[in-house]
Amino acid sequence: MATKVKKMLFILSKATIENAYAAFVMANGARMEGIESEIFFTFFGLEAIQKKKLEHLHVATVGNPGMHIPTMLGGLPGMEAFATKMMKKEMEKLDMPPIGEFLEILSDSGCKLWACKLAVDMFHLKKEDLIDQLDGILTIGDFYSRADQEGCQLLFI
Amino acid sequence: MDLNIAGIRVDVTEDGYLTDVSQWTKEIGIEIAKEEGITLTDRHWEVISWLQEQVKNDVALSVRGIKNSGVLDIKEFYALFPGGPLKISTKIAGVPKPKSCI
Repeated sequence: MATKVKKMLFILSKATIENAYAAFVMANGARMEGIESEIFFTFFGLEAIQKKKLEHLHVATVGNPGMHIPTMLGGLPGMEAFATKMMKKEMEKLDMPPIGEFLEILSDSGCKLWACKLAVDMFHLKKEDLIDQLDGILTIGDFYSRADQEGCQLLFI
Repeated sequence: MDLNIAGIRVDVTEDGYLTDVSQWTKEIGIEIAKEEGITLTDRHWEVISWLQEQVKNDVALSVRGIKNSGVLDIKEFYALFPGGPLKISTKIAGVPKPKSCI
């Protein structure tokens, strides 16, 4: 079926697990609908594609009204880890893959995965620190040229 | 609503999925595939049979399930049914459209 949206470009700028999953579910969903999709990981979003860090993303318990716990309590040691554990358990029930497996699924589905050059330099990261499925490291100019077509939408997360 | 596919009257949903899997025949599969621009090969049929088996066993279909199927990998799935593999393959197989978001 013909769709008006031809391509979805996601910019993931945060390291919280709920933001990473939002980008991944939408990027995968686009591919499943026959829409092209790509994710550009920048700033803290880079945590989601660092081999050593990607399985340790946390949900934010401070400054997140959706958690419905007082901010003071959210800041207690272990709180983030606990909330994250609970959330992961719920996600597993829904057959949500862990971050690493999700990245494999995205890559196999033809979703392009890009790292932001400026952020990679800023965090002193090397190519070896990043996942093997990465399609490359791009400047913002490179990224915009990938958006330069009809029916393309950009989404900042 | 009902539709005439390959000379057989079948009940389908608004987006063209068979509502009763028992009405499905190979000819119907071939006809739906043709509409999607796909010529079915032996490999397609293997995947279609597997999908039907999964649905019969009440397994919810998802792309993650494909990855862990041992029958085919995601890359091949996209190559066989381009432009939305799970949506298209289930339509051809005469099973309900998957409701999963993943």
